[in-house]
Amino acid sequence: MDIKRNYFEDIQALKSNTSKVWFVILLAGLVAFPFISSNYYVYMINYMAVNIIVAMGLNILIGYTGQISLGHAGFFAIGAYATVLLIDKLHFPFFAALFAAAFIAAAFGFILGLPALRLEGPYLAIATLAFGMAIIQVIGRAAVFGGRNGLLVSKMSLGSWIVNTDKEMYFVIIPITILLVFAARNIVKTRIGRALVSIRDSDIAAETMGVNVTYYKTLAFAISAFYAGIAGGLYAFVIGFINPGSFTFILSILFLSMVVVGGLGSVLGAVMGGIIISFLNLKLESVQYIPGFGNLLIFISKKWMSVTGLPNISSIIFGLILILIVVIEPLGLYGFWIRTKKYWKTWPF
Amino acid sequence: MFLQLIISGLSIGSLYALIALAMVIIYKASEVPNFAQGEMAMISTFIAYALLTSVKVSFVASFIGALIFAVLLGMFMEYVVLRRAKDPNILNLIIITLGFEMILYGLASWKWGAEQKHLPFPISDTEVVQVGSVVVSHLDITTMIIALIVMITLFLFFRYSKLGIAMKATQQNLVAARINGIRTNRITSFTWGLSSLIGAIAGMLLAPTATLDPNLMMDPLLKGFAAAVLGGMTTLIGPVVGGYLLGIIENLFGAYVSLEFKSVVAFLIIVIVLWFKPSGLFGKHYVKKV
Repeated sequence: MDIKRNYFEDIQALKSNTSKVWFVILLAGLVAFPFISSNYYVYMINYMAVNIIVAMGLNILIGYTGQISLGHAGFFAIGAYATVLLIDKLHFPFFAALFAAAFIAAAFGFILGLPALRLEGPYLAIATLAFGMAIIQVIGRAAVFGGRNGLLVSKMSLGSWIVNTDKEMYFVIIPITILLVFAARNIVKTRIGRALVSIRDSDIAAETMGVNVTYYKTLAFAISAFYAGIAGGLYAFVIGFINPGSFTFILSILFLSMVVVGGLGSVLGAVMGGIIISFLNLKLESVQYIPGFGNLLIFISKKWMSVTGLPNISSIIFGLILILIVVIEPLGLYGFWIRTKKYWKTWPF
Repeated sequence: MFLQLIISGLSIGSLYALIALAMVIIYKASEVPNFAQGEMAMISTFIAYALLTSVKVSFVASFIGALIFAVLLGMFMEYVVLRRAKDPNILNLIIITLGFEMILYGLASWKWGAEQKHLPFPISDTEVVQVGSVVVSHLDITTMIIALIVMITLFLFFRYSKLGIAMKATQQNLVAARINGIRTNRITSFTWGLSSLIGAIAGMLLAPTATLDPNLMMDPLLKGFAAAVLGGMTTLIGPVVGGYLLGIIENLFGAYVSLEFKSVVAFLIIVIVLWFKPSGLFGKHYVKKV
C-alpha cells in the first residue's frame, strides 16, 4: 500500500517553535475547562478523549503500518468487559484492571496479527471484520458477560477516592489520553515507527533492509489493540453501562472514519479525527433539534421517510464523509492543514 | 438426523454461495471486497417490499422491479462513486465500499427503521415435503432450485455470451482487454450490476425466514465472506463450493457441538483457512512481484 507523503522535506522546513507555545496554551485550557463549563460538555470531552485513544492506536496500525482493521470495536469491547469484570469479580484496583484489560486486548491483537503476516489488504479486512463480529456474538451469549442485557458499571474508585462526577472523571481520563498521545508520537518517531512505515511502503523492501517484518507487524497489531483496550476500559466508566449492542460493526467503521477523516499517518490527524467524529456522533443523535436544518429534516421525514428512523441519518452523513474524503483529499484533514499552512507560509509563491 | 442436517445445510448454503459469488465477481473485477454487498441486497429487498405493500403490484412484478433496481444500484455504485477515487489503492476502495454501506444502511433505517417487517412471500416456509426421514420446506426447495438456476445461468453466461466473455477478459487483463476493443469501464459497471443482481436474489430468498429490517444482511454478509474465503476468491467455482460447505459445516456444528456459538463458525473458518491455505480451496496461489 502506498500512502504518499509528498513534499516531506517541505513540511519539515515549515515546522516552527510556536507549536510548543500552542501546546502550553492547550494544556492550560484543558486544566481550566471543567471549572468553567457545564457537566454535559465535560462528558463530551471525556467521550472524545476515549475515541482519540482508539483513533491513535488504529492510526498506528492503518496509517503507519498499512494494515487494515475493521474489527477494532472487538478490541474496544474486550477492554471494556475485561476492565469491568476484573474490578467487579476479582476486585482489582482501577489502574491494575485497566492495564490488565489492555494487555488482554493486546494479546488478542497479537493473535489476530499472526495471520496478518501472510495476508494482503482485502483478506485482512475480512478477517478483522469477522473477528469484531465474532467477539460480539460470544459476549452476547455468555452468562459471565451479562448476555444481551449487558453489565452495569460500578463507580470508578482510586484508592479511597470515589470518582462520582463527569468532572472528576475528566481528571483521570485526560492525563491518560495525553500520555498515550505522547507515547504514540514517540513510537512513530523512533526506530519502531520507521520500521512500521517501511513495512507500509513495501514489506518486501523492508525485509531486505533488515526489518523484522514478523515482529513489527504483530507488534503494530498489539499496540493498536492495547490502545483500544485502554479506551474500552475508560469508555465503560464514561457511559456507565456496557452491552453487546454498543460494540457493533458500525462502531468499527466509526473508528476507521476517525483515522481517515483526521489523516492517515499523522498523530495530529488522529486527534482531530477523534474530536470531529465523536462530536458529530453525539450531535447527530438529536439531529432534529438543530435549528432550521432539523425542521427541514422532519419535513422530509414526514413526507417521504419516517420520523422514528430520523436519528439513523448519522449513518448517511458518516458514509458521505468517508466517500468524500477519499474522493477529494485522501490524506484527510491533516492533508488540508498541511496544504493551507504551506500556502500561507510561502505566499505569494 | 444427519441427512436432514445436510439438506437444510445445502439450502442455507446455496444462499451463502450466491452472496459469495456476488462478492467474488466484484473482487475479480475491481480487486476490492465489497462491504456494501449486504446492504445493496438489503435495500433491494426493501424495494420489493415497498412495491408489494405500497404500490400493490403482483409479487412477480415487484420481484422483477427490485432486481432492476439492484442492477441500477450496482452500476451507480461503480460509475458514480468507485471510479472517482483519487488514489485507488485497496484501503481507499475498501473505505468507499464501507461509506456506501453506511449510506444505504442509514437510508433504509431512515425510511423503514423502527418496526420489523415481514416480506409476504408466496411460497410457504412451514409447508413441508417428506422424503423418507428427511423433511424439507417448500421454501427450502425453491431456494435450492433458484440458486442452482442462477449458478448455471451464470456459468453459461460467462462461457458463451459475448458480454460474459468480455467481463472475464476485463478481469484477467484490463489493458489487453482494452487493446482488443472492449470498453472496460462500461464492462466493469455491468459487472457491478450483475453482482448486485445476484446479491438481491439471495436477499429476497433470505427475507421470508428472517425479519425484514436494516440488519437483514449483516450476518449473511459475514457468511458470504467466509464462503468466498473458504472456496477461494479467484475462481467462480470456489465460492459455490465454499457456500455449500459452510452451510453444512455450520449446521453440523450447531447440532453436534454447540448451537449457541453456531454463528462463530464463520469466523473460525475464515481464520483457519487464512492460516493454512490463504488462497482458499480452489484459488490459485498468487505471488506478488517486487
